[in-house]
Amino acid sequence: MTQSGQYNFAYLDEQTKRMIRRALLKGLAIPGYQVPFASREMPMPYGWGTGGVQVSAACLTPDDRLKVIDQGADDTTNAVSIRKFFQRTADVAVTEDTTDATLIQTRHRIPETELAEGQILVYQVPIPEPLRFLEPRETETRKMHSLEEYGLMHVKLYEDIARHGQIATSYAYPVKVQGRYVMDPSPIPKFDNPKMEMAAIQLFGAGREQRIYALPPYTDVVSLDFEDHPFEATKANHSCALCGASDSYLDEVITDDQGTRMYVCSDTDYCATRRAQGHVGLQGVPLEDNAA
Amino acid sequence: MIEIRDLEKSFTLHNQGSAVIPVMAGGELSVAAGECVALIGASGAGKSTMMRMIYGNYLAQGGSILVNGVDVAKAEPREILELRREVLGYVSQFLRVVPRVSTLDVVAEPLLNVGSDMEQARDRARALLKRLNIPERLWGLSPTTFSGGEQQRVNIARGFAYDYPALLLDEPTASLDATNREVVLSLIEEAKARGAAIVGIFHDEAARNRVCDREVDVTEFTPRAA
Amino acid sequence: MTPLLKVENINKFYGGRIGCADVSFTLYPGEVMGIVGESGSGKSTLLNCLAGQLEPDGGRVMFDTRAEGMKDTVSMSEPERRMLGRTDWAFVHQNPRDGLRMGVSAGGNVGERLMAVGARHYGDIRGKAVDWLDRVEIAEDRVDDRPSAFSGGMQQRLQIARNLVTGPRLVFMDEPTGGLDVSVQARLLDLLRGLVRQMGLSAIIVTHDLAVVRLLADRLMVMKSGHVVETGLTDQVLDDPQHAYTQLLVSSVLQV
Repeated sequence: MTQSGQYNFAYLDEQTKRMIRRALLKGLAIPGYQVPFASREMPMPYGWGTGGVQVSAACLTPDDRLKVIDQGADDTTNAVSIRKFFQRTADVAVTEDTTDATLIQTRHRIPETELAEGQILVYQVPIPEPLRFLEPRETETRKMHSLEEYGLMHVKLYEDIARHGQIATSYAYPVKVQGRYVMDPSPIPKFDNPKMEMAAIQLFGAGREQRIYALPPYTDVVSLDFEDHPFEATKANHSCALCGASDSYLDEVITDDQGTRMYVCSDTDYCATRRAQGHVGLQGVPLEDNAA
Repeated sequence: MIEIRDLEKSFTLHNQGSAVIPVMAGGELSVAAGECVALIGASGAGKSTMMRMIYGNYLAQGGSILVNGVDVAKAEPREILELRREVLGYVSQFLRVVPRVSTLDVVAEPLLNVGSDMEQARDRARALLKRLNIPERLWGLSPTTFSGGEQQRVNIARGFAYDYPALLLDEPTASLDATNREVVLSLIEEAKARGAAIVGIFHDEAARNRVCDREVDVTEFTPRAA
Repeated sequence: MTPLLKVENINKFYGGRIGCADVSFTLYPGEVMGIVGESGSGKSTLLNCLAGQLEPDGGRVMFDTRAEGMKDTVSMSEPERRMLGRTDWAFVHQNPRDGLRMGVSAGGNVGERLMAVGARHYGDIRGKAVDWLDRVEIAEDRVDDRPSAFSGGMQQRLQIARNLVTGPRLVFMDEPTGGLDVSVQARLLDLLRGLVRQMGLSAIIVTHDLAVVRLLADRLMVMKSGHVVETGLTDQVLDDPQHAYTQLLVSSVLQV
């Protein structure tokens, strides 16, 4: 039995959704700028995507098809529970198909399949302030953003190279948006950074930190780097053991106590689609046999 | 080069009942280029005071002190600093230096201050130290640890490193042995020969008679008790 | 010669209490000025007003900017003033912890100002950082160590390197040798003197240590209860002080 009748559509009341939409519009008008908003208590703990959930709730309509992924996968706890949450509170259609979805809420990944105009990608953000670990004073970081004083961001990259010989930051890699604001892309792997210049709308919600920011379609997103240490979108140097893809971001899976490992696509929909098309990796079996 | 008119000086001791101690009134002095004038008078008569006023170290209460056209009694600090850098040298009885700076660089500093090349300045410093018989092994050390006589000679070398058009010498031959005294006197003679105007205080009468052209008794400028 | 800094009637009040009152002076390029006075005399308040860290209640601080000549730094826009703070001005704090990023390596600390003005070549930034560490007598192999692993004297020298790397024209120093051992102080003073001469720096040094100003400053300003009571050539003020307070200050120094 659906219980949607007992909640307002998508859980939040209409006034709250209006407040969030206003923040989203402001965010879209000033790409990369962190807009404060009155984040609500949600029926899930902070760190489980309360920011993303509120943004999704403010965007959902009854006609939407929702996809939720966590680290690229549709079937992990966080993804499953958020999907169920909206099924119950908004009664919206859900899908695992990236192309079919109208709104995708994600934690830590951008889908491999290129997104199209009309789609919305909602990110769950733990710490929206890219300067936080270098300058703990929020008053000061806000001033640095407003005055475009971003030298400190490069100090972090400098420290990386000094310590590791290369820029070792591999996720939450800072970007400069439309030549103005430096932004934390949430903890996506830096492999995903180039994908942020996309046709879909990207919305970022940080629930505990009460900040929303956004990228309109086709916004310039440049990963910070040094002339002599240019940005590189890196991934494990393997191909997917199941579908054989060499262009997707891979998870390393330990398969026994001897340390045997395999690499598989972190984007489960992408992997399944390829396998359905007949692609087979080194350790994979054709999809039909597997099902049989 | 140096023209002093109607110079006046008194000390006000604010913390000792504001006692006012007049030490000089109507001071006059005129020194031409190439001339050496000795200040004489009993101890406490105001020889050092006059010399310090010429250098801008003591503030004059009245009158004028023209050095190369600049009135030290009224000049801005930066004008006096420029004067000290370019025109007016002072060899005091005491050496005051930054710890840790080598003797060679202490002597070379006045040349560096007027923009000389480092190596040129050090060459000049080496020549002077050698002439004043400072052993070469000491050149790299700070003079703060030297004996009184050695410090005095380093001070003299520093004072003569740059060819100042005007020089103030406070007891330059005190605490020197005969050999070094001779070196200092010939340095003074050479400075005169190149046209320097020199004001000196010499207790060493023989030295005074040898290098000085005139004597000025500062006792004449001691204020009479009213 | 154009002055580098022209201070006109700076006032700062803390409620009814005077921070500093009617302070005016002119600083020329290459000059080093000392400000002395006891604790609470207003010397640090004045320094902070001059360096744009505190907003004065009245007066002007005219600075000879590279682009537009003499300009009042009190009324200029904040971004402009902060830009000066990263380029033409430097501020050396008494406590190096206030002027350094303790969680960032020595090289990163020195490189920050370069990166703040747009340097984006890692090799160049690091090369300059190593060069500056050498100039302040910190060995090259310490470039990747954090300042927390440095002694107090090294931290202070690192702070100086970090400040001077962009070739500022005016350096504000607040008790730069305070809290250091005497032997470490001497080394720092010697270093500062050398840098001031080599780079043709102008500096304003606040201290209560008369020995420090005698060695570093050309000119001296004596403050008491927020007012300037005496100014002049450093050696003249120290050897022939005119004001009652300066006489007291000079006679209070312990002789060694």
